[in-house]
Amino acid sequence: MLAIIIASAPLGFSNTYFYDVGVNAMFNAIVCVGLNLLIGYAGQISLGHAGFFALGAYGSAILTVTYGVPPIVAMLLSAAVVGLLAFVVGRPILKLKGHYLAMATLGIGIIIHIVLKTESKITGGPDGMSLDNFSMLGFTIMGDRMWYWVSGVLLVLTVWLALNLIDSPVGRALRAVHGSEVGAEVVGVDTSSYKVLVFVVSAVFASIVGSLFAHKNGFITPDIGSFFHSVELVTMVVLGGMASIFGALIGAVILTLLPQILAAVEQYEAMILGAIMMGTMIFMPKGLLPSIVSSVKRLGGGR
Amino acid sequence: MFAAFLQYLFSGLTSGAIYALAGLGFAIIYNSSQVINFAQGEFIMIGGMSSATLVASGVPMPLAISLAMLISMAAGIALEKFAIEPARNSDVVTIIIITIGASIFMRGAAQLIWDKEFHSLPAFSGESPIAVMGATLMPQSLWVFAVSGVVIVALWWFFNRTMFGKAMLGTSHNRLAAQLVGVGVKKVLLASFALSALLGAVGGIVVTPITFTNYEAGIMLGLKGFSAAVLGGLGNGGGAIVGGLIVGIAEALASGYLSSAYKDAIAFVIILFVLFFMPNGLFGKRGTDRV
Repeated sequence: MLAIIIASAPLGFSNTYFYDVGVNAMFNAIVCVGLNLLIGYAGQISLGHAGFFALGAYGSAILTVTYGVPPIVAMLLSAAVVGLLAFVVGRPILKLKGHYLAMATLGIGIIIHIVLKTESKITGGPDGMSLDNFSMLGFTIMGDRMWYWVSGVLLVLTVWLALNLIDSPVGRALRAVHGSEVGAEVVGVDTSSYKVLVFVVSAVFASIVGSLFAHKNGFITPDIGSFFHSVELVTMVVLGGMASIFGALIGAVILTLLPQILAAVEQYEAMILGAIMMGTMIFMPKGLLPSIVSSVKRLGGGR
Repeated sequence: MFAAFLQYLFSGLTSGAIYALAGLGFAIIYNSSQVINFAQGEFIMIGGMSSATLVASGVPMPLAISLAMLISMAAGIALEKFAIEPARNSDVVTIIIITIGASIFMRGAAQLIWDKEFHSLPAFSGESPIAVMGATLMPQSLWVFAVSGVVIVALWWFFNRTMFGKAMLGTSHNRLAAQLVGVGVKKVLLASFALSALLGAVGGIVVTPITFTNYEAGIMLGLKGFSAAVLGGLGNGGGAIVGGLIVGIAEALASGYLSSAYKDAIAFVIILFVLFFMPNGLFGKRGTDRV
């Protein structure tokens, strides 16, 4: 069904601007599907995923521009490094609970952001870095249209992967961790390994999308790793609906489109964005999709 | 050698005192409601911005400062009433997003009401530096130390010697039990937000002559206050004060001896390091999970 939506959406696109927004929405959606495994299914918050996204982007940029590594190799190498980093910090960090975990992940994100901003010899500092198109086997991805199809295929692949993961024994173990960590441990689930696993998976998703984003945009600045971007990603997941893959998709699309629409009322943009975040969470604490689904069910049951 | 060290220590203590006040704000709200208020930094910003702009428009300083404190408290009360109260029983993540939404909203409003420029207050008692063993100390830093000290003593008195303060403390230990002995828990919640906003405003006002302020000034101050509160152990008032001072001094020493570019990262490096070994902060209670 998702494939049909992605394939038919361009019928309504009148110019490349729509493709551009569409690609960004799908990039965000991929990150959010990964992040949702962590937040929604395993119940562990992360306020630092923009850091992993930025590391992927800068990994690709530095490897391809400075060292002339082919883009695909650079992307996979960066993802591997980010995965390793997430694995190393994941163990001690995921022992923490609630607000302490929020603090630790937030700290990691901010440290990454500051390093990218400061090491200007390697990263170009606040001025950013530019890089080339993504090419592989003599074939180059260019222009918003081509990126649209590439990211569309990747998104479908990601969703398929995530849905399978949730239905596997791993997925059930994760939901047990969310329900009651002690309970899960009592019945023999190695909770910390599973938590680290999702943490690594979600970080790798973010890193790969970061790499692709860097190639598509052709220019990156350290601000893609800012605290605000991390918050944006978490908001997409929670706004759309935690523990719901399609909820995360909807959240990503809405929060990608919103700034485009609000750009018309530039002055009030921040206020409206803040008000929408507060309002949705107050009136639909479970997120958009689950709230809508349950109210539709209630209506149906009443008849 | 020693003079330089003393100089860093002074600047560390100055910012540390502000982090401590912010950290106390986090602790007070956390104790009464288990909420981490990511808009705490915005209270600091509102205090600084409103006093600075009021003074600039000709309002006498004492009046401007009182008004700024009232404005911040009003913002705190509004936040509790309209955003936290209706979402009382939601998840941790949901409430975190609500308070972050509130902070974005307040920043947007500040940008609209005031502007994007930096604002400053005149120093309270002159700008002539005082020489202390080769280092210099700005009179305004003394104000920061003195005001923070007075605030901390007043808070201690409030929580240990007044009926309402004891009621607030009681609520933080056991909400249901407090309710049973007749504590108005809703009133306690409102008061905790007003008090935290007041603490933030006081910090923002005394530090504005030194650091200046703009609509975004609250972001980093808030996050540092959060680090201070977590470092000391969430919900532990004394811990938040010590945490704030540690963060402030470490930051000043690191920017003096290592690299000033990494000044902002130091707080977070310390906090990660501490949390790796002490998951509940330096003075946090060792919690047990109820299953």
